[in-house]
Amino acid sequence: MADKIIYMDNAATTPVRPEALAAMLPYFTEKFGNPSSIYRISAENKNAITTAREKIAETIHTTAENIYFTAGGSESDNWAIKAAAEAYAEKGKHIITSKIEHHAVLHTCEYLEKHGFEVTYLDVDENGLVDLKQLEASIRPDTILISVMFANNEIGTVEPIAEIGAIAKNHGVLFHTDAVQAYTKENIDVEAMHIDMLSASGHKIGGPKGIGFLYIRKGVKIRSLIHGGAQERRRRAGTENVTGIIGMAKAAELAVSEQKEITEKEKKIRDHLIARIEKEIPYARLNGDREKRLANNVNFSFRFIEGESMLIMLDGKGICASSGSACTSGSLDPSHVLLAIGLPHEIAHGSLRLTVSDQTTLEEADFVVDSLKEIVEKLRSMSPLYEDFIKNNK
Amino acid sequence: MYSEKVMDHFQNPRNVGEIEEASGVGTVGNAKCGDIMRMYLDIDDHQVIRDCKFKTFGCGAAVATSSMATELVKGKTVNEALKITNQAVMEALDGLPPVKVHCSLLAEEAIHAALWDYAEKNGIKIEGLAKPKSDIGEEEEEEEY
Ligand SMILES: Cc1ncc(COP(=O)(O)O)c(C=O)c1O
Repeated sequence: MADKIIYMDNAATTPVRPEALAAMLPYFTEKFGNPSSIYRISAENKNAITTAREKIAETIHTTAENIYFTAGGSESDNWAIKAAAEAYAEKGKHIITSKIEHHAVLHTCEYLEKHGFEVTYLDVDENGLVDLKQLEASIRPDTILISVMFANNEIGTVEPIAEIGAIAKNHGVLFHTDAVQAYTKENIDVEAMHIDMLSASGHKIGGPKGIGFLYIRKGVKIRSLIHGGAQERRRRAGTENVTGIIGMAKAAELAVSEQKEITEKEKKIRDHLIARIEKEIPYARLNGDREKRLANNVNFSFRFIEGESMLIMLDGKGICASSGSACTSGSLDPSHVLLAIGLPHEIAHGSLRLTVSDQTTLEEADFVVDSLKEIVEKLRSMSPLYEDFIKNNK
Repeated sequence: MYSEKVMDHFQNPRNVGEIEEASGVGTVGNAKCGDIMRMYLDIDDHQVIRDCKFKTFGCGAAVATSSMATELVKGKTVNEALKITNQAVMEALDGLPPVKVHCSLLAEEAIHAALWDYAEKNGIKIEGLAKPKSDIGEEEEEEEY
């Protein structure tokens, strides 16, 4: 085993930033008070939460009363979609989403389908972009919700969110976006983009795990997720995850204020990886849009080989990455995202996602490409598909 | 997730390659599910398997089971090889995670498919060997890339 770890899976999760950790620490010990209690140490905690809520609100250009803390991206997605469906069921039972959503959205929609709702799953093009015309044409009188992700977690494609928001607004349909991957990376303005609900998560942005938020525009009817105390305007009861809230807010504040530099650094590494892989590894296909792409995302399919094998070999060299192959998803099918952009199963199985951070160095990127070349070559030399391909092309 | 033996056979697979003019070749699995195994057998006049090689497209477990299967098959007679079960391959690897058991089945099928090919080529019948269901390429058209 290599002792140095090269972490290229920042879309899966990120380490907590030291500043965020430092901000959190006192709230584990001396500042342990329940924010709802009456005494001074609790009042301070309540204030800290209020400040955190304001900071978070600023990052998406809204005000604090529209921010609801949750236990993460999955919870925010579930809440937004289920509660809106329930609240607006009298108007209609039709929901529009895309084929490349995270499972937190897709499986929630499937659940609703079992409970009398109808869901349209929009196609995407070969780069993962939804078609605005198809979206608009799918809107019916009984459509109550459009949910399209801000940026895709596998292939990094950034969707035309402002345009979708405008269409939703014109038709009087609610618009929810899962911004878990885009949050703090892309500029988000819920007003200008007409976003009614937005999900985000702490652990993707240098904050802790198990904390996230849902932005709900004032006036949107939405059922409470958890009934109990008065926290989160009674919509999500339960003593607040104070440390989580403080950590996420600190991480978000820093990430947004440093966004320009971080993006520049990440893009440089990303483009270096893409350029070298395209130049030096044959039969590789870049997945996702070249331009409308998250700054930290690289996703390739390597023909004739399978993703899990690649990941284990990369791990052997201390490189952490991920894949959309079946063997890494626990089912027999490769990633729904890769199938939705039209990749044949065989090529979808051979995908690799590298997601960098502003801490990633060019040396690390070079080491990853050098390792990858060796690994792809080794796996191809063992592949019956490659053998057939070479024989058929002689 | 994988045993040390599995990791060893994945990282240092035994008998990778092809055999020119093999006595029998069998390919099983399909690209749709992400596993394809091809096994080559070199069998002498006394029905002893002199050599065995493989190529596999698949996950760590698929590669390791292929590698182990070739080890188990080598030196065996055709009839002995026929009795190698997926259970035996798994045991030899100190076990597989439950979701990977299908990979060991593929290894067993690959041996059978190669033996079937050998039997067909030589016009012999091997007691207890059924025609393998080779589903390679099923549902797969020539893909535009
Ligand atoms: C796009 C997207 N949505 C939702 C989630 C779920 O977030 P969490 O892990 O905070 O529940 C993720 C994380 O994997 C994601 O990438």
